[in-house]
Amino acid sequence: MSELLSGGEMVARALKDEGVEFIFGYPGGAVLHIYDALHQTQFTPHILVRHEQAATHAADAYTRSTGKTGVVLVTSGPGATNAITGIATAYMDSIPMVVLSGQVQSHLIGEDAFQETDMVGISRPIVKHSFLVKKTEDIPEIIKKAFFIAESGRPGPVVIDIPKDLTHPDLKYPYHYPETVKIRSYTPIEKGHSGQIKKALKLLMTAKRPVVYTGGGVIQGNASELLTQFARALRLPVTNTLMGLGGYPGTDPQFLGMLGMHGTYEANNSMHHADVILAIGARFDDRVTNTPSKFCPSAKIIHVDADPASISKTVAIDIPIVGSAKTVLEDMLTYLPEIADQQAIDNFKNHMDEWWQQINLWRENHGLWVKPRYDTHSGLIKPQQAIEALFKATNGEAYVCSDVGQHQMFTAQYYRFDQPRRWINSGGLGTMGFGLPAAMGCKLAFPDAHVCTVTGEGSIQMNIQELSTCTQYGLPIKIINLNNGYLGMVKQWQDMQYDSRYSQSVYEDSLPDFIKLAEAYGHVGMKVTKPEELDQAMADAFAMTDKLVFMDIYVDPHEHVYPMQVAPNGSMRDMLLSKTERT
Amino acid sequence: MTDLKRRILSVLLENEPGALSRLVGLFSQRGYNIESLTVAVTDDQSLSRLTLTTICSDHKIEQITKQLNKLIDVVKLVDLTDGAHIERELMLIKVKALGATRAEVKRCCDIFRGQIIDVNASSYTIQIAGTSDKLDAFIESLGDVNIIEVVRTGVSGISRGEKSLSL
Repeated sequence: MSELLSGGEMVARALKDEGVEFIFGYPGGAVLHIYDALHQTQFTPHILVRHEQAATHAADAYTRSTGKTGVVLVTSGPGATNAITGIATAYMDSIPMVVLSGQVQSHLIGEDAFQETDMVGISRPIVKHSFLVKKTEDIPEIIKKAFFIAESGRPGPVVIDIPKDLTHPDLKYPYHYPETVKIRSYTPIEKGHSGQIKKALKLLMTAKRPVVYTGGGVIQGNASELLTQFARALRLPVTNTLMGLGGYPGTDPQFLGMLGMHGTYEANNSMHHADVILAIGARFDDRVTNTPSKFCPSAKIIHVDADPASISKTVAIDIPIVGSAKTVLEDMLTYLPEIADQQAIDNFKNHMDEWWQQINLWRENHGLWVKPRYDTHSGLIKPQQAIEALFKATNGEAYVCSDVGQHQMFTAQYYRFDQPRRWINSGGLGTMGFGLPAAMGCKLAFPDAHVCTVTGEGSIQMNIQELSTCTQYGLPIKIINLNNGYLGMVKQWQDMQYDSRYSQSVYEDSLPDFIKLAEAYGHVGMKVTKPEELDQAMADAFAMTDKLVFMDIYVDPHEHVYPMQVAPNGSMRDMLLSKTERT
Repeated sequence: MTDLKRRILSVLLENEPGALSRLVGLFSQRGYNIESLTVAVTDDQSLSRLTLTTICSDHKIEQITKQLNKLIDVVKLVDLTDGAHIERELMLIKVKALGATRAEVKRCCDIFRGQIIDVNASSYTIQIAGTSDKLDAFIESLGDVNIIEVVRTGVSGISRGEKSLSL
């Protein structure tokens, strides 16, 4: 005989049985029964945020950093709609997440009841799937299904909308949490087709100028080690997308840096001139390809992806392989000796001398890491310098979250991630306000690690209320605020395309004193204005392991992010390299 | 686009609330068009069968079918236009039928194997089934006849021979 539980207790119990470590949420009328059950059972710690958007970002970053699915609990109506931006952020970056939203009582649905919104409808285009619970006894199975759907195949967020009456404490039903679930209409493909994989290897072995281009699929699919092994076995140059950074060691000589709009000169040129491209867990996004018709004109393309719909969506693929990055790379390593003996592999690697010479020449001429490509004598802090100082202060080992804008791109370029799941940013949706709550999710998961968020005075103000959450839960994260007094990326585009007419990208002296603001919440504020103070300030901030430190770093307001691909109608290699140089 | 083709997709969909809205929403979200859509439950109460026609390029149809297959509620899907198939649409059409027109409409209706299913002093209501082209042709053949109302169901389709779309 199974236990009898109320709907609210079922939610609490199912999350425990699923092994959930944290619930990120905010209470409200429609979820009060659930919150009472959480309180009474005390199974899972709940993190009370200050805005539901922050709950979703924190859960999302918890997932990105740990690989375990984040859980969000919000009330109906505004609670649910506030969560939408965070759900969309997770959806665009294929991050698994389970969002439980309260709904008005079943009999009131459709009557425009107080705090009613059609959550299933409003979230439809930005979820992998959603459920509206109809019967209390369905709750355990629906929760299990939600985790299964969120985590398998191409991952994504799943919404479960639960009407209040179904969680009433007096109505108890048998509880059984299934170990596995089967969904007849959903059978994600794990393993790639062996014939296709062998065909891909054969093609790769004919390459003279190969490039491996990988994205978030390698990170989410836990395939970084296999990728590194495979690329090293064949001496292949590797470039990562914004979402894929850390998929291959950032300080490895075979790593070309990020590709795409703000990608490195060597990565974009290697792609443009490649004869074979091996794309893994990347989706040929418009920020990568530039003009699709001019994308990599002489390349044959192999594309490995868990999602068949990603294949040939924007760029035609020569050899598609549907499967997870991990299993396909495993198979590639297994089949490689069948396709090529040691002699052939040695020849292949030797023949790549010429290609590597070319790449190294590109790197020497315009690479970001060979020598500073920014002005080091201006007396102003350059944002690039701040990131380099951050890299040094944390030995390149921190969990680095970021908001969205110039600071995000500088971090992607200059913080060289050697490990996966350390770079946490909103790549697809580009959600300002992501950084601070994201750092909370990471810090909860890794209390002993350095966790920081790189942000700007624009982004940080979009979820700055979370400084209070950090106080409540004692989250000593480091906020690296690159303060340039403008919405920097908007200003950069206005400089480049609108004759520096700064339409609504300035604040007219309205910025708060961030030091005092941080102090008001009980944190430490630190102002940095001179380049020579940077290293010491970073060291001091990270030495305060039990304090949240808000580093307000005043950077050159007129710095632009380069390289920057020329659009529209540019190819991968058409780039601006500085305010005056163009390829 | 030069290679636009009319496609008929046949879909087995979980007979669940919200399933249809997810499918239709996908079309508007991704900018695909729907020419016609018919849905009803099948002999298996847990499944709906849906026939959808769209006009698009080969590249687009590949994307549409992949994206549809990604929907958790889509159980199976086939592009009927890939093989031999039968399509039918039902039309109810009410026309003014007075004087000489009465006989003319009746003749037209017979030629197209339609049936007059309701009559009064001034109008006929005709039921006619066939391919969409045939229904178009029938409307065309009515010429100057005053059409009061047209109700079309949209296309339903099935593949020829032993091929089937079932579990």
